[in-house]
Amino acid sequence: MQLRFLRVIFICLMSVAGMVSAAADLEINTPAITALKNSMQQRHNQLAPYYVSGAVGLTRDGQIVLRDANAVPLPQRQAVNALVGAENQDRSALYREIARANQHPEWESEIRSTFAGRWIEKAQPGWWVQDSQGGWKKK
Amino acid sequence: MTKKSCIALAALLLAACVTINIYFPAAAAEKAADKIIDEVWQLKDGEAAGGKGDTGSTDDRPATKPGATK
Repeated sequence: MQLRFLRVIFICLMSVAGMVSAAADLEINTPAITALKNSMQQRHNQLAPYYVSGAVGLTRDGQIVLRDANAVPLPQRQAVNALVGAENQDRSALYREIARANQHPEWESEIRSTFAGRWIEKAQPGWWVQDSQGGWKKK
Repeated sequence: MTKKSCIALAALLLAACVTINIYFPAAAAEKAADKIIDEVWQLKDGEAAGGKGDTGSTDDRPATKPGATK
């Protein structure tokens, strides 16, 4: 009888160990996440000049925005708006997919805010980023 | 008595399983974010070098040379 309970405890301990090791890394190697990553990587070359000119900035909620339309020549403005829209769609999908890939859809907003901080932290000097109050500053 | 305490222990461990899994793993999320951002913005060469398929646009900027003039 006691052996049976010991076995239950052993199984419990093993599952605890399994979950601890699962928590050490988030799953980011799913086909959906890889596809989003590739799509964003390709778009980045088109967006980079607008980060540099300050036309596009990084927001505090993990998105990007056309913050200074006047910095973009009129004929290009529509294209930039489309780029920004597509990028934001990919970013939202990325946060959602990471949450889902880890069986915690409710983590989406926390993943978004984690990313928001990291995008801003890794932004290059000269790019415009939003602070926690919503104000813009140049890195 | 032993049986009861065993059940209690088992219940406690089960609760621990659930607790561990509910909290958002902030450190792991940061690590994952850094990895993805580095790839999207191509901040670290070499890390994405093992990719299959398109190997066209890896920018070969000269690595830090000891005698580089300013």
